[in-house]
Amino acid sequence: MKILVAVKRVVDHNVRIRVRLDGSGVETTGVRMSMNPFCKHAVEAAVQLAESGQAREIVVVSIGPRPANDVILTALAMGAHRGILLETDAPLETLAIAKLLAKLVEEEHPDLVLLGKQAVDDDSNHVGQMLAALTDRPQATFASQIERVGAALEVTREVDYGRETLSLPLPAVVTADLRLNTPRNATLPMVMKARSKPLVVRSAADFGVDLAPRLQIENISPPPERVAGRSVASLAEFAAAIAAEVNEMEAL
Amino acid sequence: MSVLLLADHDRGELAPATARLVAAAGGLGPVDLLVVADDPAPIAAAAATLAGVRKVLAVQGPTTAEALANTLERCAKGYQSVSASASSTGKDVIPRLAAKLDIMPVTDIVAIAGPNRFVRPIYAGNALETLTDPQPLHLLTFRASAFRPVAGGNAAPIESLDFSIASAAKLLAAHRTQTDTPDLATAQIVIGGGVSVGSAEGFQLIEKLGKTLGAAVGATRAAVDAGYAPNDWQIGQTGKIIAPDLYIAIGISGALQHLAGIQGARKIFAINTDPEAPLVKLADLALIGDLFEIVPQLIAELDRLSLASRTG
Ligand SMILES: Cc1cc2nc3c(=O)[nH]c(=O)nc-3n(C[C@H](O)[C@H](O)[C@H](O)COP(=O)(O)OP(=O)(O)OC[C@H]3O[C@@H](n4cnc5c(N)ncnc54)[C@H](O)[C@@H]3O)c2cc1C
Repeated sequence: MKILVAVKRVVDHNVRIRVRLDGSGVETTGVRMSMNPFCKHAVEAAVQLAESGQAREIVVVSIGPRPANDVILTALAMGAHRGILLETDAPLETLAIAKLLAKLVEEEHPDLVLLGKQAVDDDSNHVGQMLAALTDRPQATFASQIERVGAALEVTREVDYGRETLSLPLPAVVTADLRLNTPRNATLPMVMKARSKPLVVRSAADFGVDLAPRLQIENISPPPERVAGRSVASLAEFAAAIAAEVNEMEAL
Repeated sequence: MSVLLLADHDRGELAPATARLVAAAGGLGPVDLLVVADDPAPIAAAAATLAGVRKVLAVQGPTTAEALANTLERCAKGYQSVSASASSTGKDVIPRLAAKLDIMPVTDIVAIAGPNRFVRPIYAGNALETLTDPQPLHLLTFRASAFRPVAGGNAAPIESLDFSIASAAKLLAAHRTQTDTPDLATAQIVIGGGVSVGSAEGFQLIEKLGKTLGAAVGATRAAVDAGYAPNDWQIGQTGKIIAPDLYIAIGISGALQHLAGIQGARKIFAINTDPEAPLVKLADLALIGDLFEIVPQLIAELDRLSLASRTG
């Protein structure tokens, strides 16, 4: 089985972001960037499939500016075999990303495409589903378990009512949730080794995909602030406050 | 603008959040609800009672993302918007349908700012994006918790549509969490437990407090990862978004990703040993102390108070 994993470089999830005062966006200059956490789980899943002899090659792709090479290197250090950067400095919408990935699927013919279920910057949760549609493949989003059963995958998904298990014929698209696995930390020797793995850079503009945004972002603003509350000294006071809230609800 | 809205359901019942979604979609124009299920009739009947629904379309068929996207595509003609809840179903289906129709979707909408202007949170709710969607067809998901529910009392006509929908993916098994606590997404009171609750037994204490107050019970990712609580109790960036009148957070630090799920709560109360915990700082009211001492006493005290109010 050949696996294509798509990874995104985002503001590190531990960074407390700052919204620019002019409403133009979130400050990203001078901010620590790293691989989107969900993408890490996707890479780890691919590497585990390779380690258990169920995948032969893992190709990792990222779409973004030149420094996105860093997250490809992280994936190569974790165990992916080769990398592709589709370089663009423009922020692309998820639909354009999915179209670029679909072009790559046409070239690479992976049996499985693994992605993170969402990116922690735009929180869109679109790309895997879109890619599945564009390549006419079945999808399993929010995966917490992936098992290969003959020519099919059995994927357990985290859904609002609990979990459900789907059977998907290959080729298919799967998006990773956080409980899928525990991503390994790349050790220094792994990182050194990754530098000698093939990594090609191609221009996103060369794929014949219309990359122009469809939506017009007008403004990015901070959320309303909550007013700070207070601590109470006694349990009786706390309980009385809860009871008062409940009474108010019942009165309405 | 007329809207085709996909209705969520579980175990043969219409999702309680549907009344809120009808309110959200109703902000754009007349709403037709689509029910796709093995047995859509009882769900469609419930959907038809919601105020503001113009008609209900009922389709018998599978509910994988592929099947739902194909069904919606077949029904989409004549609508200016095809919408769903930002639930696990809506998130699965709407982007797939959008790519099929070559439309860029707008998802997790928390406010409608104009006929084609929407507000959605990004960065785990730490920023709000306002955008205009100039496309001829709007593919949207709404966060139910951000909208007030419509009333009942309607008797919209129900139309059964008959067509067969294929899906390469097949549902093998559904694993449901057995619980009799209210729906998290629409509950008026929610009790949340953190990893410091320490065990699944510890969570029974949290559930007991929930019962006392008729509240839904949620958890942090750390508590779910540890196996103390089921995954569908997770509240936050990758879990459920709640907007109760009262959220009581017990032994929860208040990580950004957890706060992402509770910003819509009207009041937040916290119980924590650490007065410096971010959630304590953010809470309207906090009680500093050990949850294992406080929660049993709190249950007793609340029992006493409600007894007093009933007899008094
Ligand atoms: C990509 C990503 C997505 C995530 N999504 C989510 C999400 O959706 N939801 C979510 O919740 N988290 C999410 N997380 C995890 C999040 O970052 C935190 O790790 C998690 O919320 C912490 O859970 P906690 O508050 O239970 O644990 P901790 O942070 O360990 O806090 C425990 C708290 O309990 C208090 N405490 C300890 N003992 C007691 C006691 N005896 N009595 C009272 N208080 C006590 C401590 O003072 C502390 O405040 C995500 C993380 C990432 C990277």
